[in-house]
Amino acid sequence: MKTLSKFALTASAAAIALSMATSANAMDMSGKTIEWTIPFSETGGSAKWANFFAPLLSEALPGAPTVVVKFMPGAGSTKGANWFQQQKDGDGTVMFGSSGSTQFPYLLGDPRVKYEYKDWNPVMATGTGGVAYLNAEAGAKFDGSANGLKDMNFIYGSQGATRLDLVPLLAWQMLGMNVEPVFGIKGRGDGRLMFERGEANIDYQTTSGYLGGSMPLVEAGTAVPMMSWGSLDSDGNIVRDPTFPDMPTFKEVCEATDGCETSGEAWDAWKAFFVAGFPSQKIAFLPAGTDQAVIDAFVTAFAAVKARPDFAEISAKRVGKYPMYVGAEAAQALGVATTVPDSAKAFVTTWLKDAYGVELN
Amino acid sequence: MDVFTQALPALGDAFALILQPIVLGYLVLGVVMGLCIGVFPGLGGIAGLSLLLPFMFGMDPILGLALMIGMVAVVPTSDTFASVLMGIPGSSASQATVLDGFPMAKNGEAARALSAAFASSLFGGLIGASFLTVFILVARPIVLSFGLPEMLMITILGLSMVAILAGRVAIKGIAAAGLGLAVGTIGEADAGGSLRMASYDIPYLTDGLKLVIVGLGIFAIPEIISLLRQDRAISKSATLGAGWFEGVKDWWANIWLSVRCSIIGVVVGIIPGLGGSVVDWIAYGHSVQTTKDKSKFGNGEVRGVIGPESSNNAKEGGGLVPTLLFGIPGSGSMAIFIGAVALLGSGSIEVGPSMLKDNLNFTYSIVWLLALANVVGTVMCIASSGMIAKLTTIRFTLLAPFLFMLISFAAFQSGQNFADLVALFGIGLLGIFLRRFDWSRPAFLIGFVLSNPVEKFTNQAFQIARFRFRESMEAGLEYIFSPIVLILLVITVVSVAVGIRQAKSILAEGDVKYGSKRAPFIFLSLIMGYFIVTYWNASQISDRLMGDKIIPMVVSIVAIICCLVLLVRMIRQPETDMVFADREADGDDADAAHGLWPTLAWFAGLLILSGLFGFIIALAIFLISFFRIRAGENWSKSAILTAIGIAFICFMAWTLNRDFPPGLLQDYVELPWPLGGA
Repeated sequence: MKTLSKFALTASAAAIALSMATSANAMDMSGKTIEWTIPFSETGGSAKWANFFAPLLSEALPGAPTVVVKFMPGAGSTKGANWFQQQKDGDGTVMFGSSGSTQFPYLLGDPRVKYEYKDWNPVMATGTGGVAYLNAEAGAKFDGSANGLKDMNFIYGSQGATRLDLVPLLAWQMLGMNVEPVFGIKGRGDGRLMFERGEANIDYQTTSGYLGGSMPLVEAGTAVPMMSWGSLDSDGNIVRDPTFPDMPTFKEVCEATDGCETSGEAWDAWKAFFVAGFPSQKIAFLPAGTDQAVIDAFVTAFAAVKARPDFAEISAKRVGKYPMYVGAEAAQALGVATTVPDSAKAFVTTWLKDAYGVELN
Repeated sequence: MDVFTQALPALGDAFALILQPIVLGYLVLGVVMGLCIGVFPGLGGIAGLSLLLPFMFGMDPILGLALMIGMVAVVPTSDTFASVLMGIPGSSASQATVLDGFPMAKNGEAARALSAAFASSLFGGLIGASFLTVFILVARPIVLSFGLPEMLMITILGLSMVAILAGRVAIKGIAAAGLGLAVGTIGEADAGGSLRMASYDIPYLTDGLKLVIVGLGIFAIPEIISLLRQDRAISKSATLGAGWFEGVKDWWANIWLSVRCSIIGVVVGIIPGLGGSVVDWIAYGHSVQTTKDKSKFGNGEVRGVIGPESSNNAKEGGGLVPTLLFGIPGSGSMAIFIGAVALLGSGSIEVGPSMLKDNLNFTYSIVWLLALANVVGTVMCIASSGMIAKLTTIRFTLLAPFLFMLISFAAFQSGQNFADLVALFGIGLLGIFLRRFDWSRPAFLIGFVLSNPVEKFTNQAFQIARFRFRESMEAGLEYIFSPIVLILLVITVVSVAVGIRQAKSILAEGDVKYGSKRAPFIFLSLIMGYFIVTYWNASQISDRLMGDKIIPMVVSIVAIICCLVLLVRMIRQPETDMVFADREADGDDADAAHGLWPTLAWFAGLLILSGLFGFIIALAIFLISFFRIRAGENWSKSAILTAIGIAFICFMAWTLNRDFPPGLLQDYVELPWPLGGA
């Protein structure tokens, strides 16, 4: 019975995809192999993301071409992105997936960056959120503002100040908290383990990591959620994260905390990097100079994936309950994610140097 | 106690789930696929698992698991073939197996070495699973008690095995380990991102060197070149001596060693963040320390095979604990495994604490599927070992070009960059000289493998300790000197003390003759020069990023002192002193039919041609001219062998969906796969 209903779903999804594809254009990609390059190793979050979408995309594209995920790790994803910049193959057989870790070096002017986001054609983007939490001792002193936390010392397991960790580190600093990052861990899972061992007393996880690994700690009383980063409404305002409607956002906590301001240089910089790192974290691209008909076919296919009746269910655990942007929406998301005012850039560069001695070039 | 009353029915459920014909069928299928991929050095489980991933979506969870586990479980078993027969460390799980396994193959005992290794693997896997069945219920608090100081101590225990493997001149072994540590720090630092011995102009170096390339360069290339120069078969005797049954008897005779090493494997395996890199060295060290007659180690002592092989399969079982209970992968293949579990059953099963509470039967299924896969895989390996061991009686000159082909392909897969091949050649050259002048290559490799953990754990533990000391003196001391740290400290001190006393009698790489003073002296000076440059380079890093500079600086100072001591000894001692060891002076290498440089030039030729015409065209030219000119075969046989080689590599790359290195030609002309490269 289960197999039957699954078959029915697949068939109807394919039918939708087919009807949409034929109405959009008469392109046929049957027999072709699309190589979707991910600039990270087989083991990371981007790999899971691409592996989730690849079979769905294959089903939805006209002619059901084979979609294979290729991995090109190196230099914190700048190697793969530089490679993609060189690709001029406009027939839809080359695809690329970037993530927040590709966006940040671009925004910060990393000397290794030889790629230009504005040249590429975004076809799909997905986002995520993040939650910061405290150990029980610090959690008892947290009352919706960070006023009670200012005289405590915090330790945080961090992947590096120039990575996505920039967002939590800057947030805590703005709240006047004394957080010392221990650098060099290899993933947020290791950070959580450090928290569980009691070596760290503050941590943050992206939404999927929080739901899977940290919620049990909250239930057991060893962790207390502090705030989410929030999410963006259609006007670009930070509102409560739909996955955590009961949790205050950093913006709310900041407003309640003495000395933290939701305007000015620091706030603008934090918001710019939050937007680049979370609400449009992972983006799928076709290379520069791709034919518009090909782009349309991919946009239509991703729209069909999004329209699958079972999409909400199968995507919840894999990519989180966050909006998936397709086509023009994805382009808009990319625009927001890769435009940071020079003042924000300058602020972060100075802060990284003053706080952690990290020089970017 | 109620945990256990819950556990028994779950265990029963698990067996009911596993012991279905269709599940076993998928398991066998996975095992067969794993065996085919595992014999390929450098690819291992990651390549196999990513191959399976697209099929996982929507698959029945238990069938998908059986398929994946079958594949993962046999990799540490099947890579033994490459370690024993060719001296190629197939993965980090079989580094130590090379030390005694390959000499056994050279003595004509390949089948015996293989079957002893497989019997140990099987037993290790079963011990691991039984231990885990009980242990997994209480594992969480124990895993959480291993903080950074404890992990640092285990890493140091692994490093202390250098004392046993240092060779006859202990200080030279320490310098070799120092060189490994220093080479391991090349690239961007984990902590502050400073560059060590690298530049953004050479992006390849900023990521550091990969273990696959260093393992192949240090162990495989020197052995291949040396055998090729002598133009004979791997096995010195034309016929194979002891058969596979002999190996199983060897294992039975050493069953307690096997038990102890299995336990070492599980225990180290469950600690997240260490993975397999230290396990087999600790097991090898333990095997040496508990053997009365140590003279045979390095020359084909079967206990040197049984120890590491018992531990590395048990480790896979242990590695399930951090993977399943914490969602933290112990290795690259485990990371993909986590991703695949999420794909299975559309997200209803997720690794993490719930695996124990809600999915205990599922967890037990995984543990015992792993054990079962071990059994199936081992039986297949033992059955085929007698036949595959015959490879060692083939004239090596006909085998070597295929090995060059395989290791180049494997090296290229690590970074998909032509620089991978250049790095392989460079490290290979270093390996050749380390071997020639009797600098301990195992010590170098231990240093390299543990370089990153040592640096990471030192920095992180130091940072947290400083934080605790700021709280109070007591809190700091309690953090650093936990009971586990103290126990590990005692074990380390004892093992170093015992090791130094015994090191002289353990010739991990056989006996080496002495030669003139000049060549060893020049090599020592070069090594010392490298340490001086490393020191200077690290000292340029800003003091604010102390974590990025401290390890390279300390390592180079210690190594420079060792080099100076050696230098003084070289000046004061006559040239018959063992500090002047030089394989070119006397023995197999000196009597070889071919010189070092002409032989190496063949390999260099393959790489240069690849840079010009891409890998496949280069390979065709290389293979056919090698068989015709170097091996002296006639044209038709050369052509047939070349065709077989190219067909094989293309088939392998095609099934695994891998590319070949492109050359300059491919920049100008668009060629179809496989000629066209990426």
